Amino acid sequence: MADTSRAARSESGRIARVLEQDSANLLEAWIAAQSKVLSARGSISANELRSQSREFISLLQKAIASGASSVDGPDWDDVRGFLADLSKSRAIQGFSPRETAMFVFSLKEPLFERLGAAANPDADTRTTDVWNASLILDELGIYTTEVYQKSREQLISRQQQDLLELSTPVVKLWDGILALPMVGTLDSSRTQVAMESLLQRIVETGSDVAILDITGVPTVDTLTAQHLLKTVNAVHLMGAECIISGIRPQIAQTIVHLGVELGDVVTKASLADAFRLALSRTGRTVTRIDAHVNDRA
Amino acid sequence: MTVLRCEIVPVRSQQDVVAVRQSVRSLAVAQGLSLVDQTKVVTAASELARNTLDHGGGGTARLEAVIDNGRTGLRLTFEDRGPGIKDVDLALTDGFTTGNGLGLGLGGAKRLSNEFDLWSRAGEGTRVTITRWR
Ligand SMILES: Nc1ncnc2c1ncn2[C@@H]1O[C@H](COP(=O)(O)OP(=O)(O)OP(=O)(O)O)[C@@H](O)[C@H]1O
Ligand SMILES: [Mg+2]
Repeated sequence: MADTSRAARSESGRIARVLEQDSANLLEAWIAAQSKVLSARGSISANELRSQSREFISLLQKAIASGASSVDGPDWDDVRGFLADLSKSRAIQGFSPRETAMFVFSLKEPLFERLGAAANPDADTRTTDVWNASLILDELGIYTTEVYQKSREQLISRQQQDLLELSTPVVKLWDGILALPMVGTLDSSRTQVAMESLLQRIVETGSDVAILDITGVPTVDTLTAQHLLKTVNAVHLMGAECIISGIRPQIAQTIVHLGVELGDVVTKASLADAFRLALSRTGRTVTRIDAHVNDRA
Repeated sequence: MTVLRCEIVPVRSQQDVVAVRQSVRSLAVAQGLSLVDQTKVVTAASELARNTLDHGGGGTARLEAVIDNGRTGLRLTFEDRGPGIKDVDLALTDGFTTGNGLGLGLGGAKRLSNEFDLWSRAGEGTRVTITRWR
């Protein structure tokens, strides 16, 4: 047991020595290898890449010199922390997963070349060194990819959340008249958020009429229709009236073919028509003050 | 019938369903379908893609631009290896659903298409092909 660990330590010692003594040449060769795999869209300055690479070699050297065999252990905390930061920032900067993982994997070739060079006694030792270095870099490469994946997922879910809120602005058109302009795909979660904010605003403003405008919804299929009907019912339950606007002729025809029954839901082709109706339902009309203004125009 | 263009896309997520709608729309525009026909075929595709995802557990959509005796059109095939449909007539009945939908998608897709072909076997999967001519 003690023997194997001492053997492991002397092996890792050789790798650490190469990383330390030959670090300047290794750095140049590694940067050259990295430049080959980086595309233009992963924007990173030559200086930044150099300082990242230098720091990684030094952290890696220290961790390997500690003799700890598992990259999960506390001796590797700094290396993992560094890679996690690098991976997160690359995920946000738009690097591909390949470009991100290649940071670690591209070190293999220049490092292996140096492990195979002069200072090493025999072929067996060289093979062992390369094998051990390979195991370490593989682990670190996979770790980098995992962090990248997680960061992307977080980024996407944050964007989805932003979009949910962006897509549901309830606007007050007049005293007692609200409009909800819907844009894009009405999936379940978006409809849910939209419906909740609409109902809340109805209560806050004491509105009598809500207009659901679907001018910006390209496709109304049975699921979309179901969501719309649910929203209309909820508005009715609040004691308010609901008008759906933005039903273009082609959408109207499609809804009929689908067999969706809109029942007694009031629908209008445009938001303007819906607004006119809403005004009249709340006891108002729009009249022109001066007919001449329009005549001259 | 000659296939001018063919695209096979996965139907494994909600995003894929959106992507199917977008691809079908641009294909329909390219084939010169009227606005009403574009809307019909996109809506039918949306229904079938969602069935592939929700009931079939995911599958593929084959989107083809076709020409037959000078007529151009779109042929769309949705295929999955899910549980299949036990009673096809019942599934096509308006209002029938085993989920919590309106139960109008399958029949609606048929009414929105010029040609409709449904193959399904319990335990093997489902394949629905629709064609919309210009
Ligand atoms: N690809 C499929 N695999 C298995 N079963 C299916 C498939 N497509 C449809 N079905 C069955 O047919 C039924 C009717 O489908 P249809 O699309 O008409 O309604 P729905 O999907 O339940 O609701 P919606 O109105 O939202 O489409 C489904 O509930 C389901 O049981
Ligand atoms: Mg359906």
